Amino acid sequence: MADSSLLDVHADGDKIRVEGHGAWTSEFADDLEQAVNRQAAPHDHVSDVEIDVSNVQKMDTFGALLLERLRRIWQGQGVEPTIVGLNPSYTVLLEEMTRTGREPPPPERVPAGVFERIGREMVNISDDAIAMLNFIGAVVAAMARTLARPRSFRFTSMVNQIDRVGFRAVPIIVLITFLIGCIIAQQGIFNFRRFGADIYVVDMVGVLVLRELGVLIVSIMIAGRSGSAYTAELGSMRMREEVDALRVMGFDPIEVLVVPRIIALVIALPLLTFIGSIAALVGGGLVAWFYGGITPDVFLNRLKEAITLAQFEVGLIKAPFMAGIIGIVGCMEGLRVGGSAESLGQHTTASVVKSIFLVIVVDGLFAIFFASIDM
Amino acid sequence: MDVPTLPTPAATAAPRRRQISREVIISVRDLVVGFGERIILDHLALDVYRGEILGFVGTSGGGKSVLTRTILGLVPKRSGTVEVFGQDLDTLGERERSALERRWGVLFQQGALFSSLTVKQNIQFPLRETLRLSQRMMDEIAFAKIEMVGLKPDVAEKLPSELSGGMIKRAALARALALDPEIVFLDEPTSGLDPIGAGDFDELIRTLQQTLGLTVFMVTHDLDSLHTVCDRIAALADGKVIAQGTIETMMEAQHPWLRAYFHGARARAVQAAR
Repeated sequence: MADSSLLDVHADGDKIRVEGHGAWTSEFADDLEQAVNRQAAPHDHVSDVEIDVSNVQKMDTFGALLLERLRRIWQGQGVEPTIVGLNPSYTVLLEEMTRTGREPPPPERVPAGVFERIGREMVNISDDAIAMLNFIGAVVAAMARTLARPRSFRFTSMVNQIDRVGFRAVPIIVLITFLIGCIIAQQGIFNFRRFGADIYVVDMVGVLVLRELGVLIVSIMIAGRSGSAYTAELGSMRMREEVDALRVMGFDPIEVLVVPRIIALVIALPLLTFIGSIAALVGGGLVAWFYGGITPDVFLNRLKEAITLAQFEVGLIKAPFMAGIIGIVGCMEGLRVGGSAESLGQHTTASVVKSIFLVIVVDGLFAIFFASIDM
Repeated sequence: MDVPTLPTPAATAAPRRRQISREVIISVRDLVVGFGERIILDHLALDVYRGEILGFVGTSGGGKSVLTRTILGLVPKRSGTVEVFGQDLDTLGERERSALERRWGVLFQQGALFSSLTVKQNIQFPLRETLRLSQRMMDEIAFAKIEMVGLKPDVAEKLPSELSGGMIKRAALARALALDPEIVFLDEPTSGLDPIGAGDFDELIRTLQQTLGLTVFMVTHDLDSLHTVCDRIAALADGKVIAQGTIETMMEAQHPWLRAYFHGARARAVQAAR
């Protein structure tokens, strides 16, 4: 519908007659608005304005709002227009619109600028570090309290968590580490073959998997799989005031929710690391057999020579520390979730990113440490 | 389109306080909904007339919300038909369906405001998606709706997490009304509000209904709402509409659940108060 048919203007000397037609509804609001805005141009020597809406078949909030705008345009020019022919069923609606928009709208929320965001981010990072120390302290204190009163420890909850983060993670961990083992062996054989050093692929796979990759891959997988689950669970519990409910009942949320989760991870992660490392060795062994022609007994003999118990220990010692990091970061972020779905998403992302980052940093520190004690 | 074969429910002949058109706007016939073994709605029939405020009562967990959600298409039905504006929802194509959905608004029990958007953005969300409007028009509409539901304009820039329960309900109602719908579904609109707030909200619904010519489908437990704003009441029990009519009809009904509901201690208190 062209806008000319929504609003016709007849000027007659100092009198202006505005005639409305058609449906003044949301569908045609855009056209009608343009027609109304065209009336905003100042008119000279107008003393009398009549707005005739008797031919408007339908009106909704949109139409009534624009009729009110039209009226205010004329009022702004010092003429009080008369509205005629308004269907009685729309009078209440128009009155409602007459009342609105009298107060100035509140200032809009402006998204922060680049510098502001950088500044806030800097402050956040230091706040985060303090919050994390604080949280570690609270967890250690809660663990100490649990040690003092062992009966208060939530054993069932911990077993349930071990089932969820440990037992049910086995298939995916085995699959991923198996594939990683295969890939390392394949690459090793492919490149070592040129020097005729095929057999050293066993050393490489063994050392790499047991010392570094096993624990690292498993930790990263668990950070993505279980750390994020911790954050989301605790976060939605916070959103629904379940954490507050615990607190007012006299329970410490850290003792009830966090400690069993962290202990479950500390128990599960070394086990998963062990299973994952074995899966990677099996993967490497199979590739070495089928792709490199190294038979299993040769592979195993070579592995026995190449690997000391220390190599294996180095990998496994790291696992509980990684578990602690993932658990603490995951739970901490969960308990910091605010009221909105967006905040839940932000903290879940932060939980995964931070725990993977910290896992890799700590792995680096361990590498330096073990190198300096000749292990 | 299939013409409904069931006779119109008997209570439509009941006297009413206001003159309401006889035009059926929502017609539910033979509706069966169940989850697994459990049948929630069992061959249910219900009519809603244009321009009325229908209060819908029933036992907790009796399927009130399920019926609302089935009409809205959020829960699949086993059999039966749901017609809204005379159109069978099953036969509609995707485009017709979304055109129809623009003609109804829903107020969810918890408000269901988008938590990452301000109140103004929440109200403008359906506008932005369906209409081509200037930013000025969208702002004015948002403020008009905010004031229509009795909120102050400065609420517009607040996030849902910064609002109180009553304000969330009002803001959510403003969003439900954004596109000037013909039908509004309210899921327990006064639950969680204090009696004064609930009374105000009832009045608001009545005013808006008159201003905008709305049809209101209201699931409620609030006896005050049932007495003050509802033109007609339908009661659900055992998966069927067991009675419908004005509050007077309900008071006289003999069904044991209805007697307990409308003549219980709380009902007597409400009665005594008027």
